[in-house]
Amino acid sequence: MEKIVFYILAMIMIVFAVMSVTSRNVMRAIVFLLFVMLGLAGIYFMIDFFFLAAVQMTVYAGGIIILYITSIMLVERIGEPLDKPKPIHQYIAGGIASLGAGMSLFAIYNYDFDQVTEETTTTIADVGRTLLNYGDGGYILPFEVISILLLAAMVGAIVIAKSYQKKESSN
Amino acid sequence: MTANKTIITDFLVDQMQMPVDIAFWVEIVVVAAVYLGVFALLGLFLVWMERRAAAFFQQRLGPNRRGPAGLFQTIADALKLVSKEITGTEKRDKFLYTIAPYFVIVTALMALAVLPFSQELQAFDINLGVFFITSVSSVAVIGIFLAGWASNNKFSLLGGMRSGIQMISYELSIGMVIVAMTVLTGTLQLSEIISFQQEHGWSIWSGHIPAIIGFMIFMIAGTAESNRTPFDLVEAESELGSGYHSEYSGMNFAYYFLAEFVNMFIISAMVVILFFGGWLSPFGITDGIPYVGVFWFVFKTLGVVMLMMWFRWTFPRFRIDQLLTLEWKYLIPISMVNIVFMALVVWLGLTF
Repeated sequence: MEKIVFYILAMIMIVFAVMSVTSRNVMRAIVFLLFVMLGLAGIYFMIDFFFLAAVQMTVYAGGIIILYITSIMLVERIGEPLDKPKPIHQYIAGGIASLGAGMSLFAIYNYDFDQVTEETTTTIADVGRTLLNYGDGGYILPFEVISILLLAAMVGAIVIAKSYQKKESSN
Repeated sequence: MTANKTIITDFLVDQMQMPVDIAFWVEIVVVAAVYLGVFALLGLFLVWMERRAAAFFQQRLGPNRRGPAGLFQTIADALKLVSKEITGTEKRDKFLYTIAPYFVIVTALMALAVLPFSQELQAFDINLGVFFITSVSSVAVIGIFLAGWASNNKFSLLGGMRSGIQMISYELSIGMVIVAMTVLTGTLQLSEIISFQQEHGWSIWSGHIPAIIGFMIFMIAGTAESNRTPFDLVEAESELGSGYHSEYSGMNFAYYFLAEFVNMFIISAMVVILFFGGWLSPFGITDGIPYVGVFWFVFKTLGVVMLMMWFRWTFPRFRIDQLLTLEWKYLIPISMVNIVFMALVVWLGLTF
């Protein structure tokens, strides 16, 4: 049962990932990417990791994709199909992609995976406790570092937006 | 996993002599069919309710010919919409134009699936609960965005852009109110939120001042999330035709229409679950009787829906800058302070 669901989800993800890269229409490429994200969320749901699945949907499907759509709408001529990339670019991209795929496959086939025997669902309470734990195996320091990084990004965005305003008013 | 599941599976296995594997699949199909039916009927009923409420506020009669009090009018409308031709602009992006309504309708259906209609009647009691609903409904924005873009119509595009800005902004304060209520109840799971309220009284009573502030913010942000007046800039009739679904006709249009009303129901149901005790009866007058919870849940939710319809005929529409000012300069700071306030109240044991 789970095997069938996994293969269906994997097929969806692979097909849409390929379509997303080969599509000549930017908007459609983003929608195909969205389906890849949703397929990944489906796999998290399948392995009973609900929290990560919901985060995947909120952050990637709901947040990042929307961000892509809004930023691409600001680009000119989105309605027209994209130009074909130069052959040299195609070769470089293909080389890098096959290198990455080879490394992933090598790592996967040379690693002894432990089979999970007991099924436990990670509750949101467990995630919260681990995230704010300052003892062994706690993630409080990375958590705080990331929040400072996000704060810096927000302040930076505000500063950039403010400086534009000043220039406009001085003109 | 849930009582509902075991009831159907038990019935099929014991009474109908069905193998367990097949019973499992039959049960999945049955529950899905029931939810699809509930979805359609709920949408149609809410459209009727909206029209009757609008008529009441404007001292008209509203639909009153088809069936008792015009109850079958919306079914007739739906039949008409099914039989209509599906049209669209010449240069639309056909693929995106066709799939866009399904984003909205599927996410509404997924959110509906986790709502607890009573103690016994809940399809999927996921431990994320409220967070699942918000994460699913964050995908719905894409449907509206794509509809606006794929229609190849500048008014549709404007509507779609407005909806994206609006829904992303107001999701923040909804999330923060949920965080504040989580501090009080200590869980996100919908069934546990309600069992907490069974012990301590409805959250709006046990959480008193911060809960009431949270309720007000949630009502405002929820109205904005479901794109209703006074926040209906997305389809402002006097400015944009009808916004992102201008170019949709027939059943494609009806999908958006139904999903909007079902989303309103879901937001109201979240208000009822978070603040008004879900399927709990007032003062526990019908405690212990199975399935009466459905009545209380639907009754309270329709009460909140009525409140949102009341908003529609009371407040004039916002401008887009006013809408963003309200969210970013007022609601978000207030709800942030509210989280701290709620944490303080819970920490000092000032809850009832």
